[in-house]
Amino acid sequence: MQPIHLDWIDVAILVVYFAFVLGIGFVLKRYMRSSNDFFLSGRSIPTWVAGLAFLSANLGAQEVIGMAASGAKYGIMTSHFYWVGAIPAMVFVAVFMMPFYYGSKARSVPEYLKLRFDEKTRALNAVTFAVMTVFSSGISMYAMALLLNLILGWDFNVSVWLSAVIVLLYISLGGLTSAIYNEVMQFFLIVAGFAPLVYLGLRDVGGWSGLTARLAEVSTAQGYAPGAFSHSWQFMGSATENPMGVEWLAMLMGLGFVLSFGYWCTDFLVMQRAMAAESMMAARRTPLVAALPKMLFPFLVILPGMIAIALTQHHGASGFSLPAKPDGSLNYDLVIPLMLRHYFPSGILGLGLTALMASFMSGMAGNVTAFNTVWTYDIYQAYLRPKASDAALLWMGRVATIVGITISVGAAYFAAHFNNIMDLLQLVFAFVNAPLFATFLLGMFWRRATGHGAFWGLVSGILAAAVHHGLTQPHGATTLVKGGWLGHVWRTYPSEMAQNFWTAIYAWTVCFLVTILISLITRQQKSAAELTGLVSSLTPRPSDEHVTWYQRPAAMGALVLVLALILNILFW
Amino acid sequence: MSLFDLRLPLGWLFFILGILLEIAGLRPAPTSDGLPSSVNINLLWGGVMVAFGLVCLWLAHRRKRKFLQADVATRRRRGDETSVN
Repeated sequence: MQPIHLDWIDVAILVVYFAFVLGIGFVLKRYMRSSNDFFLSGRSIPTWVAGLAFLSANLGAQEVIGMAASGAKYGIMTSHFYWVGAIPAMVFVAVFMMPFYYGSKARSVPEYLKLRFDEKTRALNAVTFAVMTVFSSGISMYAMALLLNLILGWDFNVSVWLSAVIVLLYISLGGLTSAIYNEVMQFFLIVAGFAPLVYLGLRDVGGWSGLTARLAEVSTAQGYAPGAFSHSWQFMGSATENPMGVEWLAMLMGLGFVLSFGYWCTDFLVMQRAMAAESMMAARRTPLVAALPKMLFPFLVILPGMIAIALTQHHGASGFSLPAKPDGSLNYDLVIPLMLRHYFPSGILGLGLTALMASFMSGMAGNVTAFNTVWTYDIYQAYLRPKASDAALLWMGRVATIVGITISVGAAYFAAHFNNIMDLLQLVFAFVNAPLFATFLLGMFWRRATGHGAFWGLVSGILAAAVHHGLTQPHGATTLVKGGWLGHVWRTYPSEMAQNFWTAIYAWTVCFLVTILISLITRQQKSAAELTGLVSSLTPRPSDEHVTWYQRPAAMGALVLVLALILNILFW
Repeated sequence: MSLFDLRLPLGWLFFILGILLEIAGLRPAPTSDGLPSSVNINLLWGGVMVAFGLVCLWLAHRRKRKFLQADVATRRRRGDETSVN
């Protein structure tokens, strides 16, 4: 494709944005006096800022590009990743789990595991998490550089190094606060950049009714019922009826329970934002504040994909169509850049590209700040230099930022040369993440769960994920990275997504059962005093008597759930 | 650690970007795909962004003034107490 030509005004918008990003880092530098300031923002972030950062840290470019691509591939069903796969878990973490995370005064999620269980459980979580964050950030850097090369004709090396240096500067100067402040600005920019795209796109296809009429043609052309692209639940009775190839049970249990709770309730990348909040009440409200805009994001990132596929169906008439890849399938990843080029004149085009860059940076910065904290507190201070002074920790935080970003850059180049190895790595990461929520659930709500139980439960959960993947395949699999590498194929799933969901369900169940079993046959090493503040039955409930009922986390959570339910029904 | 108000840089960023869009909107142009735009999206959206930026700046300004007033009030109270003593 022809690279997009940028006018001076587009470049000016990009430059102004970068100036602000770096400016925030420089201004915040003088506030960074202790490691606590650098890694935890001195626990002084107001609710709305922490909430929007909580949302934005997860909103990497891969999310934006990927969700738009899924919108084109699967239609409105993609919204399950929000209304089923995020909102309930965000409410759960706010109402039930945050009192233990924030109240324990742990400085990271692995540190909570150390306080609650033991050293080896913390080490397992800290090391796998640290490795995953730097590689994820590298993989997204690679994806972004590739995209910028394609749509703007920018050199791969320039894109990688420029973005690395900017993120490096603003984080090493201002630490977590700088990342959080920038994430909030990025959130507003992403909304500002994509909202007009949806507006122009919808206008063009004749509003929602025009869109559904065109999507009906897309559906029938692919062999599904006319409403399969514009109804989220109606065609989930069996996996063969919908383009996603997933049935309702796998969706509810796999995505809605295991994967979603595993991510939103245990991942330090997002949790770090809530742990930096100024008070317990602010920390508990953080995921709830994030849940409100999160609920509306499908309209911002999935709708462009649906509009793009609807326009592609009427090939030629609209002047827009998604290009095909060499293997004949459509290149869905180009939805956002091509839509920007199609609808935006110079000026707002610069804003749209800035939003894309912003989402990329917020995702990367989230990974880097989580990495430098886990590295410094849970690996360096825990095992390498237990007696390090606070100044040494602050220094180490800055060094870890540089090292983390350097490894990410290395991973980006690695990905450029060995694409398959990166697929393999992401697969292993999925195995590691799948069972985690069982460990936290038992740790927080079952006093009897022991360190040995947690550790071996996690290990067997990860193994169960690997074994399930090795014994199953998605329909039409061609490589062993997709599964079936144990030689015998036990089950063939209708789609890769169904296989992923079931892998997670098996991993969670095995981890849950093994943790209970081993806990029952081993002795609890922690005294009741040590477990106070970490386990539900030994922790006094945080009092919210002093605020009016509608300001209490439980009431806010209920409201969020009702709104999510309404959205599910509206698009049923 | 008392930080500066985030609404300040946020407000300025949106204000400046909005103005840049308004400038682009003065000279309506087709998109890179050669699509003539039916609405002047630059002019329209630039206005929205300028307005959002101004609201942010106003909120930040209001909070700062409230802080200053509270500060003056505490000092005055302290001053009264010392004069009574």
